[in-house]
Amino acid sequence: MDQFILQILNGLDKGSAYALIALGLTLIFGTLGVVNFAHGALFMLGAFVAVTVSNILTLSHKVVDETRTDFLGNPLQVDVPYLYDLFGQAAGDTIIDWAVPISIIIAIPIMVGIGFAMERGLIKYFYKRPHADQILVTFGLAIVIQEIVKYFYGANPIPTPAPEAFVGSFDFGVILGFDPNAIIYPYWRLVYFFFSVVIIGAVFAFLQFTTFGMVVRAGMADRETVGLLGIDIDKRFTIMFGIAAAVAGLAGVMYAPINSPNYHMGMDFLVLSFVVVVVGGMGSLPGAVAAGFLLGILESFASMSAVIDILPGINQIIIYLVAIIILLTRPRGLMGRKGVMEE
Amino acid sequence: MLGLEMKDFRLLLIVIGLTMLAPFILNPFPEGSEMAQFNAGYPDLMQRFVIFGIFAIGFNILFGLTGYLSFGHAAFLGAGSYGAVWMFKLLSMNVLPAIAISVVIAGLFSLLIGFISLRRSGIYFSILTLAFAQMSFALAYSVLTPITGGETGLQLALDDPRIFGASQTATGNIPVPSLFGLEMRSSYELELGSWLFTFNAGYYLAAVFMIIAFYMSIRIFRSPFGMMLRAIKSNQTRMSYTGLNARPYTLAAFVISGMYAGLAGGLMASMDPLAGAERMQWTASGEVVLMTILGGAGTLIGPVLGAGMIKYFENIFSKINETILHGWFAFLPDGLENFVVAMVYPFIGKGWHLTLGIVFMLVVIFLPGGLVQGGQKIAGLFRRKKAEDTKPNATEPAE
Repeated sequence: MDQFILQILNGLDKGSAYALIALGLTLIFGTLGVVNFAHGALFMLGAFVAVTVSNILTLSHKVVDETRTDFLGNPLQVDVPYLYDLFGQAAGDTIIDWAVPISIIIAIPIMVGIGFAMERGLIKYFYKRPHADQILVTFGLAIVIQEIVKYFYGANPIPTPAPEAFVGSFDFGVILGFDPNAIIYPYWRLVYFFFSVVIIGAVFAFLQFTTFGMVVRAGMADRETVGLLGIDIDKRFTIMFGIAAAVAGLAGVMYAPINSPNYHMGMDFLVLSFVVVVVGGMGSLPGAVAAGFLLGILESFASMSAVIDILPGINQIIIYLVAIIILLTRPRGLMGRKGVMEE
Repeated sequence: MLGLEMKDFRLLLIVIGLTMLAPFILNPFPEGSEMAQFNAGYPDLMQRFVIFGIFAIGFNILFGLTGYLSFGHAAFLGAGSYGAVWMFKLLSMNVLPAIAISVVIAGLFSLLIGFISLRRSGIYFSILTLAFAQMSFALAYSVLTPITGGETGLQLALDDPRIFGASQTATGNIPVPSLFGLEMRSSYELELGSWLFTFNAGYYLAAVFMIIAFYMSIRIFRSPFGMMLRAIKSNQTRMSYTGLNARPYTLAAFVISGMYAGLAGGLMASMDPLAGAERMQWTASGEVVLMTILGGAGTLIGPVLGAGMIKYFENIFSKINETILHGWFAFLPDGLENFVVAMVYPFIGKGWHLTLGIVFMLVVIFLPGGLVQGGQKIAGLFRRKKAEDTKPNATEPAE
């Protein structure tokens, strides 16, 4: 039983990342009808916003420390972050420690801006082109973004720690009445899960309870009619693209402490997220979220040693296997809408 | 000639000429000169040109004609090279059975995957092929280690049976792949003045295969079968209304292009007898997509050009480092030199992928027909000026 709960928990954080990326992909696909292969790159950019913010916060200048000497006997030079000068050492340390949460605030406008630029600058011209062309041009864009990031940040993963307060693990077992240490779960992953639930909830609430969201939903259902009613639906869809980019970016920011960001992390997630979208049903937002968590949890169940003993290698292929079975038996995915990408 | 129209026959002759004379054409700069680093006429790279050319020609039969975008074609190349290496291990070091088995294995594998994936079209087809390829990659990496060698890859060993050949040579080494005794790595070097030309046995074997592959692709393009495949691309619904079932045609195209990929994999293993799972990874599939689109999907010669260009960039362009750049721009004033180098450096050397990505995007945006279409447009500009006084309607249909 404790194993069972542990695996569900383990699946949740990966599932959250899948769900967030798949949600953004579906938002773009459902509104603009564009298959965005560069969405993984947006996720990666988000993670690098966190890296950049923590780099900026730790910008330092050299100060000669009179009290200490280096091995040659000269006075030692120490790096002092500018933040110490501004806020004093204690407050400066706290700010640096909380670099990742701070990046969330900074990432939102940056990612929305990037999303706008992408849609207005490139994607706009591809609405009328075949899906294959959309895949190809965004695939090219993903390569370009990756290489730019690689040029500035190098090819190695950059560790980006979570705030001190969230280091360590939470002992779930004790609460649920199991032995101590039976179910331990890192705090940051718990934070990630709740964060993604909040984001997903916010996106759904935005679409469901605001006038803007209502218009967007109407546009998703029948774009032409909404246009005929005199609403500038293109503008709203552009904003949705920005929101989708921000969702992917936030997923990336928060994922940075879990997995040190490197330039190709986006591609790794993208392939899986596409599978998730297809399993959930192209164009269905609840489907994308449900399939994200489902596949994340399935993946972690498949990596239990009891399962691997019976079916070796299943943990490597479970997601693809599920996708193939779903696509062949339920062509529209779990919650796919009728008439979306049928041909 | 050979069942081809005059225009296609001429194209075939050009391709034969270019591949046969490649050691000369690719080595235009004398040995030891400053420009020698741009010489591509060494065996390893020439082999890669033709092998990836075959791979791209095969991919083009599927994508260029039917419009089905497969993101998992590298799986067949990987399967083919595993098959070839197993032949080297079990049978003999002769390359012919190895290449034959690699084509057969890739054909069967693509029949299986194609049969399932082709039940869907559009993006679903892309995702299905991607999923299958990633699955094969993951399996080859982990569970199938006894067959695939896992992380280290499949390699030859001294104690392999090799029924029709020797397990090891007289000197106790692992034998090398050969064609009835002609070793694939053996080369003849010709020195003309300060030029050095290398004629490699393996390259010429692969080149012969590429010419055959190219000839077959012309025949497929011009056949009624090729016409059917184009009909699927332009309007599958209308085709099914006329009472034709598209599935057998797409499946045949898929299997043919899978066999081309297997041939490429078999040749790759013949040049260097090892096979690894990374050949199946989806980035490798993405590479062949890049090659085909860059050169021009749906054209005959485009994929070969694209493959050559990407491999050239990958091997030659990527070697240029900052010192060489400073050498080039040394004639500029110091400040300007550093500035120019700083501007250019991100795009070449290790950053060649960035250039590739940008060029690829530009091609997709402005030239859906790839470099071939670009060439035709430029040629058309010149021709129109001449033709204006003779024939007003001299524009040829793009092919």
